[in-house]
Amino acid sequence: MFDSLTQKLESVLKRLRGQGRISEANIAETLREVRKVLLDADVNYKVVKQFIESVQQKSLGHEVVSRVAPGQLIVKIIYDELVALMGTAKADITLSQIPPSVIMIAGLQGSGKTTFAGKLANMLKSKGRSPLLVAADVYRPAAIDQLMLLGAQIDVPVFMSRTDSAIDIAKNSIDHARKNARDTVIIDTAGRLHVDEEMMREVEAIKSSVQPHEILFVVDAMTGQDAVNTAKAFHDRLNFDGVVLTKLDGDTRGGAALSIRSVVEKPIKFVGTGEKLDALEPFYPDRMASRILGMGDIVTLVEKAQQSFDQEKAQQLEQKIRKSQFTLEDFYSQLQEVKKMGPLSQVLSMIPGASRLGNVNDIDDKELKYVEAIILSMTVEERQHPGIINGSRRKRIAMGSGTSVQEVNKLLKQFFEMQKMMKNFTKGKNAGRMMAQRFH
Amino acid sequence: MGLLDSIGLTRLKDGLAKTRTTFIGKLNRLFFATAKIDDDFLVHLEEILIGADVGVDTATLVLLRVKARAKEQRYENPAELSSLVRESIADVLLGNEKKNGDDPFVLHTVTKPYVIMVVGVNGVGKTTTIGKLAFNYKSAGKNVLIGAADTFRAAANEQLEIWAKRAGVTIIQQVQGSDPAAVAFDTVKAAQSRNADVVIIDTAGRLHTKVNLMEELKKMKRVMHKCIAEAPHEVLLVLDASTGQNAIQQAKQFDAAVGLTGLVVTKLDGTAKGGIILAISQALKIPVRFIGVGEQIGDLQPFNTETFIDALFDKEPD
Repeated sequence: MFDSLTQKLESVLKRLRGQGRISEANIAETLREVRKVLLDADVNYKVVKQFIESVQQKSLGHEVVSRVAPGQLIVKIIYDELVALMGTAKADITLSQIPPSVIMIAGLQGSGKTTFAGKLANMLKSKGRSPLLVAADVYRPAAIDQLMLLGAQIDVPVFMSRTDSAIDIAKNSIDHARKNARDTVIIDTAGRLHVDEEMMREVEAIKSSVQPHEILFVVDAMTGQDAVNTAKAFHDRLNFDGVVLTKLDGDTRGGAALSIRSVVEKPIKFVGTGEKLDALEPFYPDRMASRILGMGDIVTLVEKAQQSFDQEKAQQLEQKIRKSQFTLEDFYSQLQEVKKMGPLSQVLSMIPGASRLGNVNDIDDKELKYVEAIILSMTVEERQHPGIINGSRRKRIAMGSGTSVQEVNKLLKQFFEMQKMMKNFTKGKNAGRMMAQRFH
Repeated sequence: MGLLDSIGLTRLKDGLAKTRTTFIGKLNRLFFATAKIDDDFLVHLEEILIGADVGVDTATLVLLRVKARAKEQRYENPAELSSLVRESIADVLLGNEKKNGDDPFVLHTVTKPYVIMVVGVNGVGKTTTIGKLAFNYKSAGKNVLIGAADTFRAAANEQLEIWAKRAGVTIIQQVQGSDPAAVAFDTVKAAQSRNADVVIIDTAGRLHTKVNLMEELKKMKRVMHKCIAEAPHEVLLVLDASTGQNAIQQAKQFDAAVGLTGLVVTKLDGTAKGGIILAISQALKIPVRFIGVGEQIGDLQPFNTETFIDALFDKEPD
């Protein structure tokens, strides 16, 4: 997500880490580089200016008080400042006590409002609510059809009209929700430029006619310096409650996130991380700051793992490991669980220090596919008893999976090592040493 | 000259009015507040450029040129200072003058059909741009065929269909989820048998970091190449004017995958300054072919470096 920013900051801060103490000279150079990093990341130049000044003041102040580990100190100061800039806690959306709760979505063209509306409905539905999607974009060709198709995919009804105005559609949708026992109304409005007076009046009118409990402003994470102007203009008109940052699965450094947060002082509530309808995550400012500083986002990874791993399967697996019956079949199903967590590059980018291994975006899921292909080219017996896989079987497997015998050998070797390790682990023999080996 | 002469520059100027008032306003305030080039002036100029998404590197380059010119030529008043800055910015854009000078509506091939492939990340305005492109070629008396190869996004076909209807051109499509390369192939084949002049292939929006999706684009290009050796004759990358420095990555990655012949910059009617054009010109030397300045079907202009700078620096909009 913020990988490139992380990389650059890391290389700048590395220099500081080696230094004895913070001096005005070395901090000036560092801050100049940090400034360029932030500007290259599309953080608004005014925000960067404030940020640099604030870090400078705090760093120099600290120098007098504490002379220990100035490198770590400045990392901490930058981290604290970044967290402060992005808000300090994650925020949830407001839902009304009396149904229906009304959520309105607004933003520029192409920011991803309709896709987000679908994702939000999907998320609320999985939490046991019964959402109603409202197609209030009557301008863009086929916007209504797009929402209807999304609704059908997640089995959420869509309220629409091909003749009414956007304001009437929004108004009528509330009644419709009441009559049909839908407790959450999600209104997808048309994309509009913040300088389009007529369209901005329309979105204001929609707001005043439905009195939403929550207004979310959707913005493309790749937006440049103009993000602050857009966000401010929409905020002036709508006084929105939160921001949704979309398309964060690309390689954008996402500096706009920092700028918007500091200019409108409204929290970023969700981030969109893919085109699939479950690619929606809450925004955690503190974790994001850790990530920018190369500390990784291990908390998100752990949570994802908890969500994705099937509890029951995990217990079965544990049993098998205890009885040392771990087979290639188990290994394969484990792989599938890891894949559920998202693309490998995304999973990796959450691991601390992974950015130092090179561009994690370059790692595609191809290698995993080869491993899968090899396992799938085995017979059931071979998967359960890999010991029987001899030379000719290896050749057959390699041909069947479109790989080479070497690759099959490599996989088997790794698997046997893993099996051995698990055996040792469950027997408690050398468990400590094995752990140490794994994690160093 | 091009097909868009009839539309003239009025729309371009209207569309850019917002950009101009803020950008020029700032520049003028800057020029009249200071009459000499000192550190203060340069810091302010840098802020203006960076605030316009020009990017640190390109802004630094412009500043260096300003400094160099200031040393060469002695200037006496703010107006001269203004033209000095203006020329320095023009230098950066004119780096790819030859390519920018080409008229994008002159078809450089005797082979029919002329195949244009349109690519870009999600939400930049590919489909809208295609509608406008088709309209312009159609208005010039060309027989246009559109290939709906965005088979991924919900209702992409329907959206393109509406644009095709507005432009009065035919569209070739398959069901959602079908192979986009097959759609591209079918469209080019159909164009050949119908003797169409221009083929425009829409593609699904994709982030340039998605390896598989970029491979899919390459495949589409290969398939078209099989029908006609030179096809696609043009590969246009559509960029959103409000995109920041990531636009450079987009251009680089798409260029590496399918070899871009030109850029289309959309949504220039907002407050986004379009400074990214400078940064991309500087970094990649891929010419900007068209700019989008509104939601109407006629709101697509051929990009012209001189005109763009004129419009950007025109103090009195007429």
